[in-house]
Amino acid sequence: MSDVRQVSGFGAEGGLGAESTRLPGEAVFRQVVPAGEYWINSVKRDQVLRIVDTEGNQSADTLLFNAADISDRYSAVDTIRAQRNVYLSCGSRLLSTGGNVLAQIVADTVGRHDTLGGACAAESNTVRYALDKRSMHSCRDSWLLAVAQHDHLGLNKRDLSHNINFFMNVPVTPQGGLSFADGLSGPGHYVELQAAMDIIVLISNCPQLNNPCNAYNPTPLEVLIWNPDVR
Amino acid sequence: MTNGGAGTYETSVEGGKHWSFIMRSGMQLRMIDSRGGANVGMLFFNPQNPLERYNAPDTLKCQHTFKLTKGHCLYSDMGRIFCSIVEDSVGWHDTVCGTTTRRLVAERWGERSYQEYRNEWTQNGHDAFLVEGGKYGLGRRDLAANVNWFSKAWVADDGALIFDANNSAAGQFVDLRFEMDSLVLLHTCPHPLNSAGQYPRNPVLLQFSKAQPVQNDDFCLNSRPENARGFANTELYRFGNTGDGR
Repeated sequence: MSDVRQVSGFGAEGGLGAESTRLPGEAVFRQVVPAGEYWINSVKRDQVLRIVDTEGNQSADTLLFNAADISDRYSAVDTIRAQRNVYLSCGSRLLSTGGNVLAQIVADTVGRHDTLGGACAAESNTVRYALDKRSMHSCRDSWLLAVAQHDHLGLNKRDLSHNINFFMNVPVTPQGGLSFADGLSGPGHYVELQAAMDIIVLISNCPQLNNPCNAYNPTPLEVLIWNPDVR
Repeated sequence: MTNGGAGTYETSVEGGKHWSFIMRSGMQLRMIDSRGGANVGMLFFNPQNPLERYNAPDTLKCQHTFKLTKGHCLYSDMGRIFCSIVEDSVGWHDTVCGTTTRRLVAERWGERSYQEYRNEWTQNGHDAFLVEGGKYGLGRRDLAANVNWFSKAWVADDGALIFDANNSAAGQFVDLRFEMDSLVLLHTCPHPLNSAGQYPRNPVLLQFSKAQPVQNDDFCLNSRPENARGFANTELYRFGNTGDGR
């Protein structure tokens, strides 16, 4: 499991608790993302992005864009329809609205991640919790700030769509129920994406203070990037 | 189109076609599955600010549901309600499977070109939304997770997504009461998980009428505490707009 291609192949057959052998010391990029902040960066084809849930039960609200064509972006519905499963896990191919593979999950110590629940917003907080929660910080506010501060990318609100919630657990029942359950993640758990093309990754480290999923305690994430020829 | 009298309007949309219109606040749309097995792909936008659009994740999570049926409200990303499902004889409508693409249609049923087949060509949901959205200045970046009325895909314990080919029979219907002005894009292309041998081409009947005013004991308003807050947000948006007295 010493190079990316092997890891990628193993990912396709992998399942729960598929660990990576990449060493943090060999990463070409490493950054802590505090709760309530965003991270936006390009990830080149074949590079591997690791997102670490440093203290557990955090949510990394993640959007992906085809760097060469921002209208071609991550599509939750196309992804789950193509894999015929609503949960993301090791081996999941993350598809775009144009039906292209943007990235694949090549390592995952959690076992399943949500892509149904979307991102919190000031406006949806008023509905979910109370009308006076309107002024509380949210993922979509972080995303809006990210695209405004990086307007050279050409992204705006219309591009802030249906995302992935890495480390979130949103079980669905055969009867059509949906709930927000305690996370399967924990301190130090991580997920790795290998880019299938040059992509732009936008992550909001969720600031939500109203949801028991994170024990009302949002905590930092860490992101690392490895080049494909790491060894 | 025919005028059904008493302020109602009725029209049929053949299978594999598309349309769009603006529903005013206080109007109601009944969709009837004419032959059984229909699918109606639908997206909603605020015509005054199309950046406000139907948000399937917000709709599902605030009502703790994976399916849509009577009592549910369809939310915008701004915490407001485009429409409420005030009646539903079907019981399950999908909003997580997306829509067909040209590639998917070609792989599953084979592509029938317009040149050769004329009105019997195999239109796909993605292109249908692009055509209708383009009439209002919307494009690829504006597409979102859509509703698939009359269609059901359920989830097994391991997360597997399973299509139910027998979800809707001839004559079944769903009623949408519009709580704010809404741009509606729709198509009648097949559900993307439909595995029928031939490209399904099922018509729907649309009936437009004026809705009954929302009362305090309204089923959708009271079906969940979240919906009471969604109605409050929508009411605030309409504050001062006395157009229809609601």
